[in-house]
Amino acid sequence: MSTDILTPVLSEFWDGDQPWKLSSYTRTGGYQGLERALRSTPENVVQIVKDSQLRGRGGAGFPTGMKWGFIPQDNPNPKYLVVNADESEPGTCKDIPLMMASPHTLVEGVIISSYAIRANTAFIYVRGEVLHVVRRLQAAVQEAYDAGHLGKNIHGSGYDLELVVHAGAGAYICGEETALLDSLEGRRGQPRLRPPFPAVAGLYASPTVINNVESIASVPSIIKNGCEWFASMGTERSKGMTLYSLSGHVVRPGQYEAPLGITLRELLDLSGGIRPGHELKFWTPGGSSTPILTAEHLDVPLDYEAVGAAGSMLGTKALQVFDETTCVVRAVLRWTEFYKHESCGKCTPCREGTWWLVQVLARLENGNGSEADLENLLDQCDNILGRSFCALGDGATSPITSSIEYFRDEYLAHLEHGGCPFDPAASTLFAAEGALA
Amino acid sequence: MIDEATMSELREIAARYPQARSGLLPMLHLVQSSEGHVTSEGIEACAEILGISAAEVSGVATFYTMYKRRPVGEYHVGVCTNTLCAVMGGDAIFDRLKDHLDVGNDETTADGKVTLEHVECNAACDFAPVVMVNWEFMDNQTPASAVRLVDDLRAGKAVRSTRGPKICTWREAERVLAGFPDGLADDGPAAGPASLVGLEIAKENGWAAPNVD
Repeated sequence: MSTDILTPVLSEFWDGDQPWKLSSYTRTGGYQGLERALRSTPENVVQIVKDSQLRGRGGAGFPTGMKWGFIPQDNPNPKYLVVNADESEPGTCKDIPLMMASPHTLVEGVIISSYAIRANTAFIYVRGEVLHVVRRLQAAVQEAYDAGHLGKNIHGSGYDLELVVHAGAGAYICGEETALLDSLEGRRGQPRLRPPFPAVAGLYASPTVINNVESIASVPSIIKNGCEWFASMGTERSKGMTLYSLSGHVVRPGQYEAPLGITLRELLDLSGGIRPGHELKFWTPGGSSTPILTAEHLDVPLDYEAVGAAGSMLGTKALQVFDETTCVVRAVLRWTEFYKHESCGKCTPCREGTWWLVQVLARLENGNGSEADLENLLDQCDNILGRSFCALGDGATSPITSSIEYFRDEYLAHLEHGGCPFDPAASTLFAAEGALA
Repeated sequence: MIDEATMSELREIAARYPQARSGLLPMLHLVQSSEGHVTSEGIEACAEILGISAAEVSGVATFYTMYKRRPVGEYHVGVCTNTLCAVMGGDAIFDRLKDHLDVGNDETTADGKVTLEHVECNAACDFAPVVMVNWEFMDNQTPASAVRLVDDLRAGKAVRSTRGPKICTWREAERVLAGFPDGLADDGPAAGPASLVGLEIAKENGWAAPNVD
């Protein structure tokens, strides 16, 4: 059976009447998954999620049910569920619209998932820089308490759950799960050494599951419709529907919910293609930490395996699309400045390395570098990748090594030109309006 | 001096968590709401309530970019200059605003109305270029629209977020982040146009997820 090209599930009711309200959510089938889960055992819920083959939507693609299975139920400490709603990876913009339009999808997912791992306390760690999303989450959690979906003895099941919405305070590193835990404990958000893994010693040194918003929000539909239904979408090892976020120089940027494995060519066809008169130059498959790809990768199925085989990573499915007006050196320099700014300072390769990367890249972009700087950059990347404490350092090298692989000539053109040969005004959305409006 | 009402709310935040120190981030948001920035008095108050040192609280307060050690204007205007927004026009918007407001990065206008800062990716790339006002979305901006925006803010005109309510003050916003709702959750739309693009195309074509057997 073939599935349709787009398959809105998470986004199905975003265009409805106040879909963020409990009444709207319930009217469209919401909380039926919870009802079903509470009639089942926690072990069975874990098994259904395992059988659905849902993989984490936050970037790494780790099987969600397996993660839940790592929680040692004989550990005497309380168990915790923490939702990573710190969406900050450049290009990534799927969880924020989900929580704004349908926060109850997440709240229902939190309750089912907490029940499955036997947690009685859960947290939604949402980045602080999205005020209206924080409001919608706060209101949804309050409505869920008032309806008896949260609190003591939920719907007579004997199961108790407290859910706290926790706003962060501006730090990309807190999207890294162990840094998030330190932050949630009221500390500087710095990653922890592993092992022990959070499943054994996470929040307050207790067994903890940390899942991305979209992963948890996928759970209610899996419980309601069944693992076979979910696994009927997608490719052989990448199952289910997911949100692809198309941004940049395309006619209709936005959220496209499709089975895993759609290609960028198909998404561009749907979205009207690259803006008129221009052509695709480079793109990220899943945020700035995933190596860039080019027009030769238009037909790569956007699932975990195929994007990996193409030399990148599916990441957060944040498809940032740039046309030929964009200077790749400028783009990479700006991402590198971001990593330097967000490096938490805990480990030397990342803290010092990202600083040096910016120095060399800025020199190249300004036309003051030399060809030897390219080898210098690659050598620095080699000393950061795999030698940093967490994935931030690894991610910082991705745009650099991949852009040198595909666009070495453009780096060299900066040297010949004595500076950047591109007009930054040409890449703006208002370029056609002349000057700067 | 932190007033008793604020002290009481700071204790209330700490009590939400299994371990009180988990409340520190929202507590610092409340300090900003009450004091206008993270003050020494605010740091002392958090330290006293949590039973940790002022140095430990300072260490946290200086780590996160949303915490400000100097007074912030009534409106915090953040221009996204991460790569995608920068390329699509964010750099031009930020340059125009610096020039128009005659301030540099992280500076406040003389009238105390607007603090301008460039910010990192704010998870709205499909609405690029993006400007945030008190952490509310102002989607699809141009240099001209951003100038109108700050002029309206400075003139005291009501400004509505493209995906949210009428913009409140920075201090009011910080109170919500501390976990004290302001009752505005039902204002504004469910989604911006870009959020609905895929859904609209699916409906036009009659596409949907598989039926449940």
